[in-house]
Amino acid sequence: MRVQIIQLAYLIATALFVFALHWMNDPKTARRGVISGVVAMLMAVVGTLVEPGIVNWGWIALALVLGFAVGVPLSRVPLTAVPQRTALSHAFGGLAAGLVGTAEYYLSLQQNVENLTPFRMTAIIAEIILGYLTFTGSLMAAGKLQEIKWIPQRPVTYPLQNVSNLSLLGIAVVCGVALIVQPVALAFLFPVIIVLALAFGILLVIPIGGADMPTVISLLNSYAGLSAVAMGFVLDNKLLVTAGALDGSSGLILSIIMCRAMNRSFTNVLFGAFGQVQAKAVSAEGKTAKSETPEGAAQMMEQSSLVVIVPGYGMAVAQAQHRVRELYDQLSKRGVDVRFAIHPVAGRMPGHMNVLLAEAEIPYDKLVEMDDINHDMPQADVALVIGANDVVNPAARHDRGSPIFGMPIINADKARICYAIKRTMNPGFAGIENELYYAPQTFMLFGDAKAVVGNLVKSLSAQGNTH
Amino acid sequence: MRMLILTSGLAAWIAVAPAVASAQVPAATAESGTDFIQTLFVFMLATFIGLGVVSRVSRLLHTPLMSLTNAISAIAVVGSIVITGLDHPPYITILGAIALFASMTNIVSGFLITDRMLKMFRTRKGGKS
Repeated sequence: MRVQIIQLAYLIATALFVFALHWMNDPKTARRGVISGVVAMLMAVVGTLVEPGIVNWGWIALALVLGFAVGVPLSRVPLTAVPQRTALSHAFGGLAAGLVGTAEYYLSLQQNVENLTPFRMTAIIAEIILGYLTFTGSLMAAGKLQEIKWIPQRPVTYPLQNVSNLSLLGIAVVCGVALIVQPVALAFLFPVIIVLALAFGILLVIPIGGADMPTVISLLNSYAGLSAVAMGFVLDNKLLVTAGALDGSSGLILSIIMCRAMNRSFTNVLFGAFGQVQAKAVSAEGKTAKSETPEGAAQMMEQSSLVVIVPGYGMAVAQAQHRVRELYDQLSKRGVDVRFAIHPVAGRMPGHMNVLLAEAEIPYDKLVEMDDINHDMPQADVALVIGANDVVNPAARHDRGSPIFGMPIINADKARICYAIKRTMNPGFAGIENELYYAPQTFMLFGDAKAVVGNLVKSLSAQGNTH
Repeated sequence: MRMLILTSGLAAWIAVAPAVASAQVPAATAESGTDFIQTLFVFMLATFIGLGVVSRVSRLLHTPLMSLTNAISAIAVVGSIVITGLDHPPYITILGAIALFASMTNIVSGFLITDRMLKMFRTRKGGKS
């Protein structure tokens, strides 16, 4: 009877998880999704705790308390650090899967070998390879995002990188197959696979640069989910399989969206080492950019009816979000329609820019997706580019020689006037010259994003007082 | 309306599930291979549901979506509890406890940070998210 009740609890938890994701389709219902997720999780945990045979209460309590102690501070990080936190939690997810797989294998090896059927061995091998590679890969990604000193930020490449990485994974898979056939006689291969998976995770992420982080995080999200699925197969637990599959498919969809937004394939992101190709990108030949003062730009914006702000990660780096909100307030007060154009890969993880702007209390109905805002761009009087670069480069539309050719962009150049805030004319991290800055309707606002937007706000409020 | 259909569908499922489950028990113990195939069915269907539901998630919320699915996949906590809790050799218990710690961290920080982010999404008139 108790078993049936536990299974029923699992069943309801599964349904609640699906609802949790369903409610995320609208910001109005999204918080309900969290509650539903929490209820589901509680049911699953309590359901498991009442399972017969559990004795090590001390260990369980200790792990739960420590998990709480670490989890609460991790949920309070500044929103610019959310990508790191997310990568870190993928690492934890991978670690949990890897450890449970390891424990299950050695337990069966010791206590009942018949348990190691080919099916179950396949699941265990998949679980540990996915789990451990997600663990180290995500730790690397988190380190790169946190800009830890001894982890190189730039893509690290060396000769035969892809060949050696793939052969490493190949060896791990071959060892895995051997172990599936001979789970007892070849037991020494098990730690070998663990080491190979750990090493592969590190080597997979080392060649990937900052701009590709949104894709990599999504992909690791998918792996973390799939390792939970594999755990579900090992433990024959359908709740685990379902929840893991939801996570895995979510990661998959996000990766696809990210790849499309950069017009690149998975293989290109993982094995392409973005930083390299661009060394030979063109430089500006004798073109000059015009500059404008904040006062002039403020005047122009004040007289506009539609201003589109295009934020990029540079805005977050300069901590300019709150100044941008003040600018939004000043302009809206004067009846100017202000909208934000959000490129899918702006920021360091999917949706990052929306969260940063929402934190600055900008209403979410003003945050517009790329495809929708491009429709309105020709009607915009002013496009204000803050800390974005490649995502507004018109070369992506027409210059076949450009490394970003084919990438969908926000058409800031279609607005009547474009202002771009930038520190200097140096090309950005990717090293690509941006045509937009030399277009006849573009004016540069040189300086730190926070200071420049602050000056815009100041001249707007000064003008407001004289009227 | 859609909600109603979903709920009634769910109710029907709950009614049917125990019958299905009890019918399966003898078969499952006899042959572990069919068990795996059944789990594969669950995996496949859950993936389709996941793809369908997630593709409808608002693009505004992709960051909270990722932290929410993170927390959800920390359902690995269930496996970790079983490994830690049952009477096993100490080194197995310790592996389980570390896994349990990792999953618990993900649950707590995942749900809390998701809610923290979602609270920030407001419309103009101070409307709630």
